[in-house]
Amino acid sequence: MGLFILRRVGIMLVTALCLTFLVFFLTNLYPNLEKLAKTQGNFRMSDEQVESYLQKNGYLQSTPIKYGEWLGVLPSYRHTNEDGTVQGRCILPGKTAEESPSFCGILQGYWGYSTVFKEEVSTVVGNRLALTGRLMFWVMLLMVPSALILGVLAGMKEGSATDRTLSTFAITTTATPEYVSGVIFIAIFTSSAVGLKWFKGTATQAMENPTFENFFLPVLTIALYGMGYIARMTRASMTEVMTAQYIRTARLKGVSFSNIVMKHALRNALIAPFTVIMLQFPWLLNGVVIVETLFNYKGFGWALVQAAGNNDIQLLLAISVVSVFVVLVTQLISDIGYVYLNPRIRIS
Amino acid sequence: MEPLTWTGSIAFLNPLLLLALGLLALSIVVWMLASIVLPEDQMTVNPDGTLSSSSGLRNLIQAALRYSFLAIVGLAVAYIVLGILMGTSAGIIGAISQQFLPVWLSLIILYAMSIAFKRKLGLYGKLFDSPIGMIGFGLVMFWVFTGIFGALDLIVTHDPLAQLSGMKNKVPGTPLASLEEGQYAWYLLGGDNLARDVFSRMVKGAWIVVQIAPLATMFAFMVGITLGLPAGYYGGRLDTLLSFLANLILAFPVILLFYLLVTPEIVATGVPNYMAAVLFVFPIIFLGVLLNSRYYTRPNFRTPLLIGVLGVALWLYLSLISTSGYIINTDSYRIWGLPTYLDLFDIPGGILVVFVSVVFVNSPTVFRIVRGLALDIKTRDYVAAAQTRGEGPWYIMLWEILPNARGPLIVDFCLRIGYTTILLGTLGFFGLGLPPESPDWGSTINEGRKLLSIYLHPALPPALALLSLVLGLNLLADGLREESLKD
Repeated sequence: MGLFILRRVGIMLVTALCLTFLVFFLTNLYPNLEKLAKTQGNFRMSDEQVESYLQKNGYLQSTPIKYGEWLGVLPSYRHTNEDGTVQGRCILPGKTAEESPSFCGILQGYWGYSTVFKEEVSTVVGNRLALTGRLMFWVMLLMVPSALILGVLAGMKEGSATDRTLSTFAITTTATPEYVSGVIFIAIFTSSAVGLKWFKGTATQAMENPTFENFFLPVLTIALYGMGYIARMTRASMTEVMTAQYIRTARLKGVSFSNIVMKHALRNALIAPFTVIMLQFPWLLNGVVIVETLFNYKGFGWALVQAAGNNDIQLLLAISVVSVFVVLVTQLISDIGYVYLNPRIRIS
Repeated sequence: MEPLTWTGSIAFLNPLLLLALGLLALSIVVWMLASIVLPEDQMTVNPDGTLSSSSGLRNLIQAALRYSFLAIVGLAVAYIVLGILMGTSAGIIGAISQQFLPVWLSLIILYAMSIAFKRKLGLYGKLFDSPIGMIGFGLVMFWVFTGIFGALDLIVTHDPLAQLSGMKNKVPGTPLASLEEGQYAWYLLGGDNLARDVFSRMVKGAWIVVQIAPLATMFAFMVGITLGLPAGYYGGRLDTLLSFLANLILAFPVILLFYLLVTPEIVATGVPNYMAAVLFVFPIIFLGVLLNSRYYTRPNFRTPLLIGVLGVALWLYLSLISTSGYIINTDSYRIWGLPTYLDLFDIPGGILVVFVSVVFVNSPTVFRIVRGLALDIKTRDYVAAAQTRGEGPWYIMLWEILPNARGPLIVDFCLRIGYTTILLGTLGFFGLGLPPESPDWGSTINEGRKLLSIYLHPALPPALALLSLVLGLNLLADGLREESLKD
């Protein structure tokens, strides 16, 4: 088990390195750098001005060297201005070149400076993640139990009335992407044209003061899309368990139906959905980006859109590190959990 | 001109429809409760060996359910038929069903033909045994026909890009402010915030989806199959490497990838052209290997066949990746491609990058599915038999393993077209790739959502259109799965 985890962590690190290098390469293509220079300076910069801006900030070195600097394995670039002052990535405002370290990358714990938010990347990511974490917490709280209940109810008796109705519901929710369901919810529940006005159409206030009124719709929108999928997986696993030999034995012994479901079937039926729920996290990340944009909730997904739209390289890299980390860690947890929950795999 | 109401002179049907809908909802609830509360029907075995069950309360409820459902279907047909006959005097619904007349006719012909010959049509014919599959197929074909006829300018009432004065944000059924000769007199589903016709934009948007989604999914399948079969069949280093690459792409959040790939800046660097050049090679490899592995024992037949097929495929490939004489055309350097007089079609950079990134996102998942199937099937006896016969590995992969994996692959193909549709909508929703005035559903939803609290009509039609198409594809996949499991 220890060796297995160690190997997985090793693969994780290699994957993260490859992916960040890919992001680094794409954001450092020349047209993107030009756009960055123009958004930082002004949009009427001449080609020479763009060049000198990029030169000054060390963007014109080769990509592997810049990547090494960002990682913190190479000393970072310093530029001596005409008036003798030295500027560079590691030299924070108010420090001189001598006081500053020559290595400053993520290995040293420095994530860089966001050009969009004019803040350190680590603070931006921290704040935004906290907001998104709250959103995700409520999404999970709504999605997982309701999906499991739906799936178990539908899978108890395959082909029954409950099964048909709930399965149709589950298919419909999986066919409704967040930007469709969100728009429909906003139209029905918040607009003055329909006149229900039960909820708020934006979740901007929910960042300071989340209430049921301004927070429920974003949560519901994300939860619905994932719910259908988990419910269908749970249903499939439940129907499989319900046709197993030991369930038939229990029925023949005269155990009541509710006892069969609760005591015999449920535990085994929940192994497969566990992995599915864990693998849903990457998908939820997409949903988060859409819903935060739709409801103007300024969390992690919103920051991603801002960073990508303005080619904020450092912030984008940090965001991709975080999201890749989330994806890989959930994969790891799902694998370990699967082995732990399923004794047959553990023995072999 | 009078503004149109929703149902016009066929409004007498509305209370009936409401009643039927109420009955259906009620009977579904009762049905579910009854299935929990009531005991199961007792089966009795007759002396002649047949089974008969008592017609209890359950059957009564099921009958109620069936009849209320049939009533709703009947009423919907009545709305459409009356609408086709009466046109605008039957309100917006009537006018719309009249506009969709070519679609209804094609659907009727398609269904009549398919049901008549369903025993000869294999898996496709079996689809018409399952109600779920039929409903799904109907929804999908509705949008396919809408897309095709919309592209032929049959259904649309106005130019989807034309802005008519005085029609900004007007509600559905508003007559044109200044009617000219030969113009359709109403905006059937209202005008958007740039005074364009919402109905025509929705119909035109269907064409964009119908064009891109199946084709992109097919390319993703070609890539996934060409790489997944050897990975599963050979295993070893090749498998490890390819799986690592696939997992690498899968670990990327899709939206981040889109934001990095689908920007005008990236198009300017020529990266999408390189990706297109690589990704679009796979169908050619696939075709070449497929035919060669089958016919290599008959060189007299194989050689002309391969020259013909690969020649056409190569020509299509080159015209696909080269635009106005160049494969890659950036400011700093360019690579020569097919000369313009041989170039069959040009794909604008915006569309190409959307297409490439959708293929790129989908193919690792297909790869994983194909690899899993190949791993499972290669242990079967008929594969061992083929190996003993001395067949080559590619023959076994493409002519033994692939045909036996077709069931799950067809089902996944349907689901994946739906997923691709959702991805295309996501791109439009974030304003990536397609030009901003393009009528695709994602962009229209994005534009409409800004004024959603006051005006519902610009955003809802494309949203519901996308929902129904993806739902149709999911139901179709479900029906296919059910039918293919029956074998």
